[in-house]
Amino acid sequence: MTAPLAPDTVLEVRNLTASFGPARRVAVNNVSFNVRPGEVLGLVGESGSGKSVTLRSVMGLVAASGAVSGQVLWQGRDLLQMSEPELRKVRGGQISMIFQEPMTALNPVLPVYVQIEENLRAHTDLDRRGRATRARELMDLVGIADAARRLRDYPHQFSGGMRQRVMIAIALASNPRLLLADEPTTALDVTIQDQILKLILDLRDQLAMSVVLVTHDLGVVAATCDRMAVMYAGRIVETGTVAQVFAQPAHAYTRGLLGSVPHAGTERSMLLSIEGTPPPPGALPDGCAFHPRCDFATDPCRVQRPDLAALAPDRSSACLNREAVIAAGSPI
Amino acid sequence: MQARTALPLTLIIGGGILLASMIIGLFPTLFAPYDPNVFDYNALLQAPTLAHPMGTDNFGRDVLSRVIHAYTVDMQIAIFATVVPFIAGTIIGALVGYAGGWAEALFGRVVDAVITFPFLVLVIAIVSVLGPGLVNMYIAVGIVGWVFYARIIATEIKVQKRLDYAAAGRAMGYTHLRIIFRHLLPNAITPAIVYWMTDMALAILLGSSLGYLGLGAQPPTAEWGVQIADGKNFMATAWWISVFPGLAIVVTGLGFSLTGDGLAEVLRTKR
Amino acid sequence: MHLASFIARRLLQLIPTLLFILIMVFALVRLLPGDPASAMLGDRALDADVARINKELGLDQPIVVQFVVFAKSVATGALGNSITLKVPVAELIATRLPITIVLTLMAALIAVLLAVPLAFVAATRRGRMADSAVRGAFQVGLSMPVFYLGLILLTVFGAQLRWFPVGGYGDGFLDHLHHLFLPALTLALSLSAVLMRNLRAAIIEVIDAEYVQFARAKGLPPGLILLRHVLRNALISTVALFGLSIGTLLSGAVITETVFAIPGAGRLMIDSIYARDYPVVQGLTIALAVLVSLTFLLTDLVQAWLDPRVAR
Repeated sequence: MTAPLAPDTVLEVRNLTASFGPARRVAVNNVSFNVRPGEVLGLVGESGSGKSVTLRSVMGLVAASGAVSGQVLWQGRDLLQMSEPELRKVRGGQISMIFQEPMTALNPVLPVYVQIEENLRAHTDLDRRGRATRARELMDLVGIADAARRLRDYPHQFSGGMRQRVMIAIALASNPRLLLADEPTTALDVTIQDQILKLILDLRDQLAMSVVLVTHDLGVVAATCDRMAVMYAGRIVETGTVAQVFAQPAHAYTRGLLGSVPHAGTERSMLLSIEGTPPPPGALPDGCAFHPRCDFATDPCRVQRPDLAALAPDRSSACLNREAVIAAGSPI
Repeated sequence: MQARTALPLTLIIGGGILLASMIIGLFPTLFAPYDPNVFDYNALLQAPTLAHPMGTDNFGRDVLSRVIHAYTVDMQIAIFATVVPFIAGTIIGALVGYAGGWAEALFGRVVDAVITFPFLVLVIAIVSVLGPGLVNMYIAVGIVGWVFYARIIATEIKVQKRLDYAAAGRAMGYTHLRIIFRHLLPNAITPAIVYWMTDMALAILLGSSLGYLGLGAQPPTAEWGVQIADGKNFMATAWWISVFPGLAIVVTGLGFSLTGDGLAEVLRTKR
Repeated sequence: MHLASFIARRLLQLIPTLLFILIMVFALVRLLPGDPASAMLGDRALDADVARINKELGLDQPIVVQFVVFAKSVATGALGNSITLKVPVAELIATRLPITIVLTLMAALIAVLLAVPLAFVAATRRGRMADSAVRGAFQVGLSMPVFYLGLILLTVFGAQLRWFPVGGYGDGFLDHLHHLFLPALTLALSLSAVLMRNLRAAIIEVIDAEYVQFARAKGLPPGLILLRHVLRNALISTVALFGLSIGTLLSGAVITETVFAIPGAGRLMIDSIYARDYPVVQGLTIALAVLVSLTFLLTDLVQAWLDPRVAR
């Protein structure tokens, strides 16, 4: 059966694999990580690295053509083994998810109040008045002024940052223990980004939540995350605390990512300094998936796919040349 | 590294039906076992047999031969009733869409009025003035049918007009007419072509409806609608007179609409 | 508040459209060859008689005056008398138009009842057998002429099985519905083909939308997601299509009324056009145009109710 969770872990993902389509293209390959109470775990990578699919697989929200295997342990049970009705209780009530683009994630034809209220109705026992009060509280909590009136508005009547706050309010309505955030600030202006990130952190404190934050932006990671896991081509290639990884990256890819963050500004990073693009799921090279773009690649890299090896507790790397990378130091 | 995709199934089936229909329509005598207008008093109202696979009607005419010869008439209807609206509508739509302003506003009103009104009634009204017959039907459809094409083209031209290559054309000093017809229109015409397929199916429905009402093709011409009308009083005793021509309409209509769908799919992926 | 001003605005927009229709009707009828006087009296009428009828019908006045008189009489509902049937046009319309309206309403209802579940099944089982079956069905439905379908239904269910009467209108409300069922079904099958195609595409688009994903992420029961999130959004474009299909529906009604011998406005229109009964043609055209415009207004309102982005 399932081994008991370590005492200070709220979510444990073991050997998660997700593949799609008749060709069984693997988007998430044997991914394992855990989340501690009250921490913000960053899941970092370029688009196509499988980070969003990982998140959705946890909640069982992948497309119908997807096949997911592995274990996702939450409160003593494996989410992947749960029936749909049981999963529905978990979604929104214990684990919530917010999406990247609030304009498309919110139903445009329903007022905001309805979208909050349906979460409450699905996961709490509050009566109508209780729900109304809670909805107002939530709007205040996320910092939307004039809550009572705004509840009756439609999504298109809010600005981008406000809409994201609304989405957060909806997601947190039933006090989940874990928030999965899929690129929550990517579609927002830089100044608004900061506000939203700060909001997420505040809420984490107030509600004693854990957060898994998916992003491609290392600036965001630096500002909010406690620990991080770097993903490439469907695999995790490095883990550690943010401080450790930023100070001493142990994988060539991570080092490349850090090197592409502009030092002076708060630009959203396009990863310019690594030549080439990540391989699509169906066309992975032999050996280490990163070797065609890697400055540290040696012959073994082209042949043998490296496993994620532990360097220390909570610190691992899947790079055959990790000593060389560490010795090269951090680019920032 | 594009995978070579086969043509969509709809296009293949639809195209096949159309091809067969055209061949039958062009060479009916090759396929029809009998003369469609010959009466045979010895074989009135016969049920389908090997000699008469679709039976005979109340004049002893072989239904199969009439259905086959009707292909000529109905395929003609599909083409003639649509070509003039297509061309006229495209020209007017292109000009109006490009010009904008009051021309477009006026055009919008006319379009609203025509689309609002039941098309069949309009056509019948015009035909009743001109007199029954196929040619008058083509005229009637031409008078009101161009609006649908014009609307599609006008919308597309408006979109195309905003694109960079249109501005480039003006920067090079091309005349407006040249820009419209040599540059914008080839890009805008695709939805009109797809609609044309649907329109041809609709034309057959319209033509056969008028034939049924006695306003289109005139008896004794073999046309599917006329045939259905011929047989309507015999439905209980000799159902084959009306049923088979109706099936021909459905199959041919399917041919056009499937082709239209398939074409739309192919053109959509090309964009 | 919001909605009231929207309605008011749309009603005001109706006025120029109706005016335009009035002008068009007036002009078109005047342009038709064959003047009413000769039609009434026959070809061998004496000039004096023709002049007299012209005077009676006000046809000797200048055009503008004629139009004003015309507009005034339309506004007061005095639409003249039918030339062939010798009864007031307004009366004719009042008796025949409701029948057509009931027919089209029944057809619309049946069409919606058919289209929504079938479109839904096709959309959720996209690419599988059920989807192909439904799509095949609506392809056939779109290609089938209304008169053919009507004839077949009439023969099978009316003449052979005797479940329904073979035409006419009957007496009493329930009898009316009984008589109208087959013709309404005929119309409905054609209309539902159109609606189904559009609704299926709309549902597919909505199901893939991110707000449905978000709703699932909230752990909402699937039935609720379906009704509140999927269907409501998908219906928006279909309602618009419905409004646009009114013209086709009325054309179909004309044919259906002919096949099933129903004394409705559609048949009246055709007969009057044949007989050059101008007052009836005029009156009916205006009545139909008003009806269609009101239907557009109604569908616009439903759309605005469903989609708050519209009513801005």
